[in-house]
Amino acid sequence: MGLLDPFLLEALVNGILLGGVFALPALGLNLVFGVVDVVWLCYAELVMVGMYAVWFLHTQAGWPLALAFAACLPVVALLGVLLHLLVVRPLLNSPPINQVLATGGVLFVLQGAATLVFSTEFRSLGVDMPPMEVGEVFVSGTKLAAFCAALLGAAILWAFLKFTYVGTAIRAIARDREVMPLMGVDPRRIYLIASAVGGALAGLAACLLVVQLDVHPFVGLSFGPITFMICVMGGLGNMLGGFLAAFLMGLIISVGGFWGTTEFSYVVAFAFFILVMFLRPQGLFAR
Amino acid sequence: MSAALQQEPGKLPSRAPDGATLELSGIQAGYGDFQALFGVGLRVAPGEAVGVVGPNGAGKTTLLRVISGLIRPRAGTLRYGGLDLTAVPPHALPGLGIAHVPENRRLFPHLTVEENLRVGAFTKPARAQFERRREHVYELFPKMRQRRHQLAGTMSGGEQQMCAIGRALMSGPKLLLLDEPSAGLAPIVVQQVFELVRRIRQEGLTVLIVEQNVAQVLRVVDRAYVLETGRVAAEGRSADLAADPAIRRSYLGGH
Repeated sequence: MGLLDPFLLEALVNGILLGGVFALPALGLNLVFGVVDVVWLCYAELVMVGMYAVWFLHTQAGWPLALAFAACLPVVALLGVLLHLLVVRPLLNSPPINQVLATGGVLFVLQGAATLVFSTEFRSLGVDMPPMEVGEVFVSGTKLAAFCAALLGAAILWAFLKFTYVGTAIRAIARDREVMPLMGVDPRRIYLIASAVGGALAGLAACLLVVQLDVHPFVGLSFGPITFMICVMGGLGNMLGGFLAAFLMGLIISVGGFWGTTEFSYVVAFAFFILVMFLRPQGLFAR
Repeated sequence: MSAALQQEPGKLPSRAPDGATLELSGIQAGYGDFQALFGVGLRVAPGEAVGVVGPNGAGKTTLLRVISGLIRPRAGTLRYGGLDLTAVPPHALPGLGIAHVPENRRLFPHLTVEENLRVGAFTKPARAQFERRREHVYELFPKMRQRRHQLAGTMSGGEQQMCAIGRALMSGPKLLLLDEPSAGLAPIVVQQVFELVRRIRQEGLTVLIVEQNVAQVLRVVDRAYVLETGRVAAEGRSADLAADPAIRRSYLGGH
């Protein structure tokens, strides 16, 4: 028996694991917002499409799971590119409210399309890994694997942003877009690349979520709003802030569920979010 | 004079003429209802250093922004070695050998010095030359080598100006446009910055420099244009302008 109640410890561990999964869509959303300055309201629905892609390729087309995962990333990256070209680019000089309405419209289009194609039935991948016992704590093997994959994805993204020419330009354009042409950078190309990377992150998030959640057209609602709260809480456009806020949110939900019910834990999380908005409207980690 | 530049292979796309002349005539430009330039003409020959001086609001910055394509002229011609620059997108200019150090330097404050240099070397041909040019910039500005892992926004104004010029040099320009390099700097630092401009000239770069600090800039450039409320009020060799009684009275605090 350690200092901590093993069940509380388990809640803490689960909170961190949950945070890792929230972190990916938060990074993707912040990346796109920081570069393109448009909020993809339909981000969770891109993840939903990716989840259907994995489910379909694995259970219907009979692909090996690893191959279905590998295909999911480029599929959703392409979706991100199409979203940018067809919806966002024509509205780049429009008022922000029009941009939000347009990407919000895509949310309903994707939900409707998924309902038409796959019906509202819950689809399960039927994959599970055995739980592992670490000390006195039981950890779901699936969640642990998802967490590790999320961290790996975040690390690859970090290296891309830190060490490549395009990545450095992405970090630069998030601060000063007007000066970028003087550097020989075509901002439109950077927007397109950021949209593809944002889509790929949604695709990776889809791979990690599809092993934990059943897929249905409205599955985005179970993590989309939380993702937006995380981004706003970390400071919209601030990647590191969103990354940290994801773990904070995961812990609050998980530990809140330990003391109360799962529903109660979301009440705590939303209340915390509202409190943050009163105290630090610019975000917890804004510089 | 351009011998040093010709050692750098593959620096310019084939259609960018080596040692091209920049020529503006009858340029009219502005922002919305506000017109800043009323028929400005200007010429910068290869290897020359030319100044554009004048009071605040004369249109000096607008002039450089027109050359870089950040704003398009309403009338007039803008040519670089016979190429019509008004038909070239602004992000293609570094590839043509034109680099612009903008007003207020516009460094990326949250990136390190070296990352700022990397953004300056974004174009494909510049990437291939990154390491060599970075060494060259560090030789020109030894302070930048010391500070290469420091965030650009945490440096002094003079150091930031060096970094901004270094970032522009990373694209391997033939023609360097400098917008008020002395703005906001202490007098001793202003001296250092102009000394650097002189050294860059010696490397064979063509320089077009916009300044309010008329006394200093006339010591560095061969020729200068005096811009007043969007029109060229005077032009000539630096020595002649510095000796002109009207210019001494208006700009040099002279007697």
